[in-house]
Amino acid sequence: MTPELKGLLLIGSIKTTAVFAVVFLCVAFTTWLERRVAAWIQNRIGPNRVGPQGLFQPIADGLKNFVKEELLPGQADRTMFILAPVMAFVPSLLLFAVIPFAAPLPLSFDFTLPLLGRFVHDGPVAMIVADLPIGFLFILALSSLSVYGIVFAGYSSGDKYSLLGGLRSSAQMVSYEIALGLSLIPILLVAGDVRLTEIVAVQQESLWFVIPLTLSFVFFVVSALAENNRLPFDLPEAEGELVGGYHTEYSSMRFAIFLVAEYGAMITMSALMATFFFGGWDIPGGWDEGEPSVLVWLATLITFLAKTFFFVFCYIWIRWTLPRFRFDQLMSLGWKVLLPVTLLYVMVVAVALWVFDGLGLAWGPTYALAMFGVNVVLIVLVFWGLDRNRLVWGQRLQREGRA
Amino acid sequence: MAIGVRVMQRPKTEISYLRATLKGMAITFRHLVAPKWTMQYPEKKSAPDWALSPRWRGTHRMLTDEQGRAKCVACGLCPQICPANCIKLVPGEDEHGHRYPLIYEIDEFRCVFCGYCQEVCPEEAIHVGTHYENAEFERGRFVYDLERLCAQTHPVSSLWDPSDPKGE
Repeated sequence: MTPELKGLLLIGSIKTTAVFAVVFLCVAFTTWLERRVAAWIQNRIGPNRVGPQGLFQPIADGLKNFVKEELLPGQADRTMFILAPVMAFVPSLLLFAVIPFAAPLPLSFDFTLPLLGRFVHDGPVAMIVADLPIGFLFILALSSLSVYGIVFAGYSSGDKYSLLGGLRSSAQMVSYEIALGLSLIPILLVAGDVRLTEIVAVQQESLWFVIPLTLSFVFFVVSALAENNRLPFDLPEAEGELVGGYHTEYSSMRFAIFLVAEYGAMITMSALMATFFFGGWDIPGGWDEGEPSVLVWLATLITFLAKTFFFVFCYIWIRWTLPRFRFDQLMSLGWKVLLPVTLLYVMVVAVALWVFDGLGLAWGPTYALAMFGVNVVLIVLVFWGLDRNRLVWGQRLQREGRA
Repeated sequence: MAIGVRVMQRPKTEISYLRATLKGMAITFRHLVAPKWTMQYPEKKSAPDWALSPRWRGTHRMLTDEQGRAKCVACGLCPQICPANCIKLVPGEDEHGHRYPLIYEIDEFRCVFCGYCQEVCPEEAIHVGTHYENAEFERGRFVYDLERLCAQTHPVSSLWDPSDPKGE
């Protein structure tokens, strides 16, 4: 092996380890954030005893889970029962491999280790574990894999609530997978590439995709909520109906792994929202472009984390606000509303792109703003359709003479 | 829907689900930043808007006279009225003919904290206290003997509100 190849391997392994470690830390932080935000929304304080502001609470929870008894139900399918948490947990972590999380870091080293030999590297290091040419297709493929973990858990537990949870999740995740994929097609149309680094670069050139593709963002958020089994679409684990859903029979660390999987998927989806629609690690103003430097790297990394955790917060906020859908409502929303609407939107975006290209407009902020105009018209129409132009209670109150 | 399930027909033209959703989000956000109601218990035991009620009936306390002796005259009314039968009283008599309790024990596990013992006591000796931190490391410690009852220092319950004795 040449010293350069060794340098690349070293960087690659460090990046992989670092990203996994950071995702785990973020999962721990998110469990804490979930409990605190839930408490705040209910006018409580939440866990604030273990460490500063209760930040070490996840560590205490983890320790507790490690020393608890692992139950294996007598009627369970042993192999699948043990395999299921792992199958739920691995895809959510793998997804993070294709997400660019900061500006390139300039790095050069040349040192020799005993036994291993010389390591050489010079030049910027891309802050992404694997810049796959298939980009978000990889994400769509893997996020649909996580359904197997849940279905297996539901099936192998050998109890009716788990089975119902598993059934629900398979139906739900398969349906919303389509809407999730379709809501990303406009991005493919605009960016012309599925690679996430390229998508971020296109957004840096013009405006964040949330402006030219606002509706796509709305669809993506709704299907991501369903894909992650979060309220208002948490039917696979609906506490009030199914005890705990697919993880009813799980205890101890196996149960905790399901939680890690859920929160890991949530963080990944939030990172994807930031990457697809809010410019990834981009800081508006063009300051972060040009020569890579450690300062820019750090600033963009913090920006990316801030954007991601903003969406994580939104997830939690939505969870503690909206009630659960009924299952048929969930299905009809997925198939009868989101699927045709996203398809229609893909066509509208394609036509708009064709028209703007025909007018000789070059891709840039003006182009993006023109797209935003199209979106505003659509949003007004959609709100008119969904909202029927009436305030909450407005008409009824007026009719009853109380307004 | 499945057979036999009645589906409630929701109004379709009058209610805006979208705006209701946004309104709900705004409400929860207001609560998120609103001041919290939690009292940080072990550090703070009362708040400006919360204190233990003077009528609270907690674990017992035996009042003592100036010489530090229990006021109890071992009349036997409290074990008689106690619905949980948790008071054990063995009366004794000294050379002047004064009755006093040889054994006076209350099993706080059996006690239902009704406060009848305080109400019935002619000497105002036994009281229930405004006190709630009763945790012990052994079960046996929950049988309070006379010495322990006399050593309690917490305030005693008023049982009723003096300005409204009938609870009207």
